[in-house]
Amino acid sequence: MDPVSTASLEVSGLAFAYPDGHQALFGVDFSIARGERVALLGPNGAGKTTLVLHLNGILGGGTGAVTVAGLPVGKRHMAEIRRKVGIVFQDPDDQLFMPTVREDVAFGPAAAGMKGAELEERVDRALAQVGMAEFKDRPPHHLSFGQRRRVAVATVLAMEPEILVLDEPSSNLDPASRRELADILRSLDVTVLMVTHDLPYALELCPRALILSDGVIAADGRTGELLADETLMRAHRLELPFGFDPRTATMGA
Amino acid sequence: MHVPDGFINAPTSAAAGVVAAGAIAVSLRGARRELDERTAPLAGLVAAFIFAVQMLNFPVAAGTSGHLLGGALAAILVGPFTGVLCVSVVLLMQGILFADGGLTALGVNITVMACVTTVVAYTVFRGLVKVLPHTRRSVTVASFTAALLSVPGAALAFTLIYWIGGTTDIAIGKVATAMVGVHVLIGIGEAVITALTVGAVIAVRPDLVHGARGLGQRLQLRVNGELVDAPPAEKARTAPAAARTSRRTLWLTGLVTSLVLAGFVSFYASADPDGLEKVAADKGIDAKVEDHAAADSPLADYGVKDVQNARLSGGLAGVIGVGVTVVAGSTVFWAVRRRRTDAVSPASTSV
Amino acid sequence: MGAGHAHRLYRHGHSPVHTLPPHTKLAATFAFVVVVVSTPREAMWAFGLYALLLAVVAHRARVPAGFLLKRLLIEVPFVAFAVLMPFVAEGERVDVLGLSLSVNGLWGAWNVLAKGTLGVAASVLLAATTELRALLLGLQRLRLPPLLVQIASFMIRYGDLITDEMRRMRIARESRGFEARGVRHWGVLAKSAGALFIRSYERGERVHLAMVSRGYAGSMPVIDEVTATRAQWSYAFALPVAALVVCMVGWIL
Repeated sequence: MDPVSTASLEVSGLAFAYPDGHQALFGVDFSIARGERVALLGPNGAGKTTLVLHLNGILGGGTGAVTVAGLPVGKRHMAEIRRKVGIVFQDPDDQLFMPTVREDVAFGPAAAGMKGAELEERVDRALAQVGMAEFKDRPPHHLSFGQRRRVAVATVLAMEPEILVLDEPSSNLDPASRRELADILRSLDVTVLMVTHDLPYALELCPRALILSDGVIAADGRTGELLADETLMRAHRLELPFGFDPRTATMGA
Repeated sequence: MHVPDGFINAPTSAAAGVVAAGAIAVSLRGARRELDERTAPLAGLVAAFIFAVQMLNFPVAAGTSGHLLGGALAAILVGPFTGVLCVSVVLLMQGILFADGGLTALGVNITVMACVTTVVAYTVFRGLVKVLPHTRRSVTVASFTAALLSVPGAALAFTLIYWIGGTTDIAIGKVATAMVGVHVLIGIGEAVITALTVGAVIAVRPDLVHGARGLGQRLQLRVNGELVDAPPAEKARTAPAAARTSRRTLWLTGLVTSLVLAGFVSFYASADPDGLEKVAADKGIDAKVEDHAAADSPLADYGVKDVQNARLSGGLAGVIGVGVTVVAGSTVFWAVRRRRTDAVSPASTSV
Repeated sequence: MGAGHAHRLYRHGHSPVHTLPPHTKLAATFAFVVVVVSTPREAMWAFGLYALLLAVVAHRARVPAGFLLKRLLIEVPFVAFAVLMPFVAEGERVDVLGLSLSVNGLWGAWNVLAKGTLGVAASVLLAATTELRALLLGLQRLRLPPLLVQIASFMIRYGDLITDEMRRMRIARESRGFEARGVRHWGVLAKSAGALFIRSYERGERVHLAMVSRGYAGSMPVIDEVTATRAQWSYAFALPVAALVVCMVGWIL
């Protein structure tokens, strides 16, 4: 099969400067095939968030192109693009803005025009995928942080995205919630791009990793190999937690 | 300061309701133009902020404390349109959820506390910022003065409403003196806290102070600790130039409509339609009221003549008045809503 | 404010009043208060009947009298105002217990007290029998401008969060030995208020990003539509209609 047509996400020559003159991206190139789970690693200020906001067209106007499942990101297909690219933001309280879990999960599909039994069914399926079905009628702020993060994932899954983009999915989670979320992410049959500082989590979930540094992709390879390359890691201000050795850790994927 | 039911008579309350509805309709359009599709989340969060800040108690002296009303603060921080919306929503929720302020007095409360405070505060603030040198200190001074004047301004507006439709006959001079006197004191507290709060915001995020814009700063989003320009802001930046005139006409139409309606309705509201201002006793009230109604009311020959009982005729006029205002108010809302949905559909495709 | 499903005034229950569609209850309460306000104050017996009507509703809704009476306390500041009226009002005066009081003022005080109390009681009953979410749906159904309903719903969703942030800031202040005691400390409190505003506003911006990412384009998708049957409408309107009869009789007599 032609690799271009099967790619979930294709970013080429993406450069972007904020109107105040600060340039964040200096030509980013990468491609993610359908079904892949990829980690996007990088130090603070590397432009990770800027990149993420380009994926569904919230930011734009620089040079280069982003293509989602063959569809160029641009004004013409914006609704379709936003349905295909599901971004899970870092703070679930920002993401869960509706009064009940059910309405929040329904928001995306309903905005796309779905209603009635089909909508209910979609909501139930997404909640079941993250194991939150019994919390359907609860207000989001009565849930624990880990539960809220899972509902946040469900809100995006309900849109049946082509690619799931997670911004720091493991932040603020206790070890049990962290593992539960990992299990859920592994069980999903969807392309995943995970933006994170959490290197063990990246290793556990993503066979492949990209390192974004100074606005370009500085490395692209197998997660285990990248993490084991000490010079590379140090050059990009990435540090493994104390006592963690990527060579001996077992990969969950 | 929340006015309960029964404080202001029904027709005047209805008239105030129409003014409030008109002001909200205008603000909805204005806020949408300022904030675009970000209106709902931003105004909602600012309303939650106002709500929270009203619970923040500022100790005054041993044992007593006051709290911020927030109208001036909202106007200066997020602009008059969004300010009116935020305070109105807070009042609406307080009325429905906490029974704080009567349901029929909602119009009065919104007119006085949401509209008058924000408009007075914003006008004073903008005027001072224009006149004073362009420094942070001027912004602080302007916010102080704006908040200081906005509270007694609201008190005066309330006095005016009370004068038109108050249910108890208290000399208007007394009401005005008492209201303004007390509220000048409250206003000083409001002014100090507003000025300090605006100062605190300006020190960290000057771009967020709506009233101090125009120094060439752009709107930014802070996303995960990074400053990011909001793309919609650019759209908004180019749009107003063309939209300015239409906005102004809209403003004027809204204002004039509201005022005309209010003036019209309260005109005969003051002509004693509900018969509440007189004690029904042995004073030959029937004849008197009939004269009164016939002389002053524009609805005098509106079939009311046929009704012999003068009190009933007054009541009928009142009911008609309420009906007229309700219909007028709904029409304004309906028209605005329709125009807005028309305006939304192209926007939704272009985003 | 206890946001979400269980706000402070709400009493969970399954009475006939609880199960009425929210917009019928809102409309009925409003109509009732309008009728009460339009009643001549001289018809003292009418207000007694209104109170009786509300008592019947409270009974049907299984709202205990103690609960209702406690909620009426919100009125207290205006009671103080009403007590002043007989002293300051104009017109004919009578001597009561050696005090010279204005007849008009006495009537005014009675008027405000009676109508104000009935208004508060009606609102309290409404809030006690209607969930917050349902209230918003009801307002939406009553054709309140959708943008206004959205703003209200965001305010309710994030009210708790922001009040909580405020509480945390207070705790942080107090842990460092600061206690606001007088005017001299206003500066510190105002700085907190400023910080709270910035946090609220920035959260608003992030919420907006999350909404746009899920296809928001300025209007909320309709997920729940509340409807009412003719029977429900007539059940809800039994209260204001009964009140209207009382009011009419009050005008004629």
